Amino acid sequence: MSTALSDPAVLHDFTVEVPHWRPRVQPIDLAEATPAQRDALKVTPSNTKVSDYVLVLANDVETLKARTPLFNAIMYNRGGLGRSGRELGAVGASVVNRCVYCAAVHASRYNQLTKDSRQMEQVFAAGEAAALPPREAAIFAFAVKLSKTPSEATEADVLALREAGLEEAEILDLVLSTALFGWANRLMHLLGDPVATQAEEA
Amino acid sequence: MAADSVTANSITAEAPEQTDVVRRAAALPPDSPLQAALEGRADILAMTQQAHDAALVPEDPGGLSHALRAALALRAALLHEEEALADHYRGLLTAASADGAMVALADPATQDFADPRVAAFAAYTDLASKSPKDATADDIEALKAAGIGDADIVRLAELTAFLAYQLRVVAGLKLMQATA
Repeated sequence: MSTALSDPAVLHDFTVEVPHWRPRVQPIDLAEATPAQRDALKVTPSNTKVSDYVLVLANDVETLKARTPLFNAIMYNRGGLGRSGRELGAVGASVVNRCVYCAAVHASRYNQLTKDSRQMEQVFAAGEAAALPPREAAIFAFAVKLSKTPSEATEADVLALREAGLEEAEILDLVLSTALFGWANRLMHLLGDPVATQAEEA
Repeated sequence: MAADSVTANSITAEAPEQTDVVRRAAALPPDSPLQAALEGRADILAMTQQAHDAALVPEDPGGLSHALRAALALRAALLHEEEALADHYRGLLTAASADGAMVALADPATQDFADPRVAAFAAYTDLASKSPKDATADDIEALKAAGIGDADIVRLAELTAFLAYQLRVVAGLKLMQATA
């Protein structure tokens, strides 16, 4: 407790301003990356900027190589649940796991997609008890419960999704995006700290 | 890719049931109403299995042997009372010729360990499984203090985070099947 709480730069409250992510372990040195690491990082002569987060994950290159296309497929594949529904699943998980960084990224994407910041203001103010429109409420409640440890999602929660109009393929996409953030939150929140950006500190 | 497109028939054939850990653990019947939705996400299920292989049986395991990984996975599955996945990880533990220390590690009731590294692996797995929101920088410092290097800390984080994902996909599929 003491280490994190004593560092005033570390953010503890949810925000839609995407913070800087400061790793707790050493990122790999890109100049000394192995061929397998460069392949997993998709380093090309025209793309040499790689975030500290991905450079940290390159310490386990086999998992990184498998995870990147899986992440993109779950969040961006065509069909099924719309983008905003998947982002809402990601936010539900991030609220439960208190991943301030992930919540900021995906709440701001949700706001861009819906062009409505009131829902995320409600989520950040009320947390798991946020009052949302019926369809969004069913999605958020399911995501929150599935993210508990262990999952507290019930048949009634899935029936509520069906009653809100979600079809089989959409519910599957919500399961996948929520579960994916059970994974992402455990990397972002455990391997680093969200800190105020330089601009905000100045 | 067109030649790889999966038909409803091949989904219900033996291959995915044998090789896809998530689908096997969810125990969906061949005529499940979920099969069409799963067919639409066959790429994701295949990549989920590739991630499983990378986290559980990597070619370069670093400082986390296949037996240690299987033991931590079984411990996490038992903490979630997910019996079908627990059975799968028991199989991996046996396949890795685990010794008595690894078998003890797999039991969530085991809290005393002779090896401080194993104790640190267990404590982190319990934290990531049960209360990840409470994690702080001190929990990573505890791994370093036990002599676990940064690359192995990332391997441990990826393993436990993948397990959280896999457990929730299985839980979600079971609920979908129960309400279909």
